Amino acid sequence: MDQFALETVDMIGLKINNVACRAPAGSTILEAARAAGIAIPTLCFLKDINEIGACRLCVVEVKGAKNLVTACVFPIAEGMEVFTNTEKVQAARRTNLKLILSIHNQECLVCSRSGNCELQKLCREYGVDNRMAFEGEKNHYELDTSTVHMVRDNSKCILCRRCVATCNIVQGIGAIGVSERGFSTHVGCSFDASLEQSACINCGQCIVSCPTGALHEKDDTDKVWAAIGDPTKHVIVQTAPSVRATLGEAFGLPVGTNVEKKMAAALRRLGFDGVYDTDFAADMTIMEEATEFLERVKTGGTLPLITSCCPGWVKFCETFFPEFIPNLSSCKSPQQMFGALAKTYYAERTGKKAEEIFCVSVMPCTAKKFEIGRPGEFAAGPEMPDVDVALTTRELTHMIQRAGLLFDKLPDEPFDPAMGVASGAAHIFGATGGVMEAALRTAAETLTGKELANPEFSAVRGTAGIKEAEYTIGERKVRVCVASGTANAAKVLQAVKRGEKEYDFIEIMACPGGCVNGGGQPVQHADVRNFTDLQALRAAALYNEDAGMKLRKSHENPLVQQVYAEFLQAPGSHKAHEILHTGYEQRIKEF
Amino acid sequence: MNKQSPECCGGGETKEQQLLAWIQAHREEKGLALPALQKAQELYGYLPVEAQRIVARALDKPLTEIYGIATFYSQFSLVPKGRNCISVCLGTACYVKGGGRIYELLQQKLGIAGGGCTEDGRFSLDACRCLGCCGMAPVIMINDDVYGNLTGDELDAILSKYE
Repeated sequence: MDQFALETVDMIGLKINNVACRAPAGSTILEAARAAGIAIPTLCFLKDINEIGACRLCVVEVKGAKNLVTACVFPIAEGMEVFTNTEKVQAARRTNLKLILSIHNQECLVCSRSGNCELQKLCREYGVDNRMAFEGEKNHYELDTSTVHMVRDNSKCILCRRCVATCNIVQGIGAIGVSERGFSTHVGCSFDASLEQSACINCGQCIVSCPTGALHEKDDTDKVWAAIGDPTKHVIVQTAPSVRATLGEAFGLPVGTNVEKKMAAALRRLGFDGVYDTDFAADMTIMEEATEFLERVKTGGTLPLITSCCPGWVKFCETFFPEFIPNLSSCKSPQQMFGALAKTYYAERTGKKAEEIFCVSVMPCTAKKFEIGRPGEFAAGPEMPDVDVALTTRELTHMIQRAGLLFDKLPDEPFDPAMGVASGAAHIFGATGGVMEAALRTAAETLTGKELANPEFSAVRGTAGIKEAEYTIGERKVRVCVASGTANAAKVLQAVKRGEKEYDFIEIMACPGGCVNGGGQPVQHADVRNFTDLQALRAAALYNEDAGMKLRKSHENPLVQQVYAEFLQAPGSHKAHEILHTGYEQRIKEF
Repeated sequence: MNKQSPECCGGGETKEQQLLAWIQAHREEKGLALPALQKAQELYGYLPVEAQRIVARALDKPLTEIYGIATFYSQFSLVPKGRNCISVCLGTACYVKGGGRIYELLQQKLGIAGGGCTEDGRFSLDACRCLGCCGMAPVIMINDDVYGNLTGDELDAILSKYE
């Protein structure tokens, strides 16, 4: 059969709001309507993750059906007639919204998701004019503030279960679940333990899947404003590779816009004394990690080497796969390497005391808030954390908004040079496979002493959850694997444990797609997530930047070469180990 | 851990071993979490955290999922049950004939709330919906014994039969 015939066989004809259309067999009404240019509202639906038809916001009329049906899970059929917007449908959606509001904490004026709340948006669209249409009993829940990175406020939970499905299915962790039944139903940890007592890895994927303000990161911006206002502090900021690829979304720019230069301008105008780039430290990480890899290969050390840039993954390993702790690279993450160098090398060069320097990071990540407090991340002394405050992309957005900076009107400015020079290899750290590619560029040239004809290792690119490749570096075959999303990481590690797979080097990022899709990134509503490949668009911004650069390899970064020449001697030196490396511990999951 | 009494643990196996053996024997069955919890409750008398952990580990599921099932079904109890379980029917017929008053009296006499267990572990008390003998309303059950047509005056005599 030719391709045309195949396509026609697989298409189904139906009418949506009296307009004839066609959609592939197996589509849901939601998907067919979307293709026909009609958005049907949803609250609980997350494609491939949470398809439970529970919130009943997506109800539509189907001719001949006894009741309204849920468009998110109802498959289309030949000749079906669907009505997405009748009075009956609107009334049902409005009633469902009022029922949700009847037990919803409506402190919308001061809610962290005000203006970006899916429930608020639908209430406005559906003309919900009486927020207390159904007065009655209320639930009372304590805030869960036990972890360093986030807050759970069940008074704003609408029981859509998107967070639970994300934690269970995407991350394979199950730190949270749904407990009890009926009116008492609530989301939380088993035995109502706090999140701190659970196996939570701080990844924040639950936060970016929440439609309301029930989940949000702990806001640390006040600490930063206070430091900026303190004349005795020299406040410097570093921004992670992926933040430049997403920050623009918060200011209405299209997904995948690289705003590196406007971001640098904004940070300068917020009052930071030094505006630097974590990417410089990412290049340092590659120097140390590639050296560690080559050393392990040469001396028969523990392989596969597994990357340690991602604190969510590191905690996952410590909790669920402690037998792989010896495989973890001892390298600190770029965030921590930056902070450690800021309070040692940079302090020395600028004639400042380490305690005067206040190091802020802007990360795509909530787990970074946990990482800054880990033991072994205090290079300058016991009271001096490498990084003082880790903000998310969202928190930086709030600071820019509060400061009244008109983001799109800002000039394009570079980072400050002292710690702001980076290679293309560092930029791609923000996407899954990026660290692997960056490390391979440096490992290959270090080992062979020859320049790579093509620095692109394209087999480790792309948004697939698990990627494998084999490269010949010098005389040796190097088998690599890249996984993102901890459920995928678990699959890879199980296969290695069972002896089904053998690798030399594995890159793991806790968030699916890597940092561009991190738990600290701007929250995109489900109706965007379900129909847009956010991971690919955001990653493209980083790969495009790399492709357009002359400096594409970490070991060619002149600033990196300078730090080794002036301060650390050589990659993997004793001093480098003291400042840039760390350790790990097994963790017991209680709940 | 509770001391193991010989009558509840045949063959000298601990409850944990029995539970794991049961799960192993039913390994291939789909939807094993619910029957595994029923087995656990049969062995332990209720579903303590250890029992739920054993089920979660054996089935390779997060504890939250097991706990979710354990707290969803009213059949399961997360608090210990007494040696003698009293169920007071509050179905329509029993309720109309004074089941609620019997329930209150039992709470007073035992000094516990509904759903609770006496400190000495002798009795636990729960409400239930219809025991299927409405002609004898109001009705209570203690273990497998049914008592009907109650006025409240006979409760002391009934309770005294159970140690």
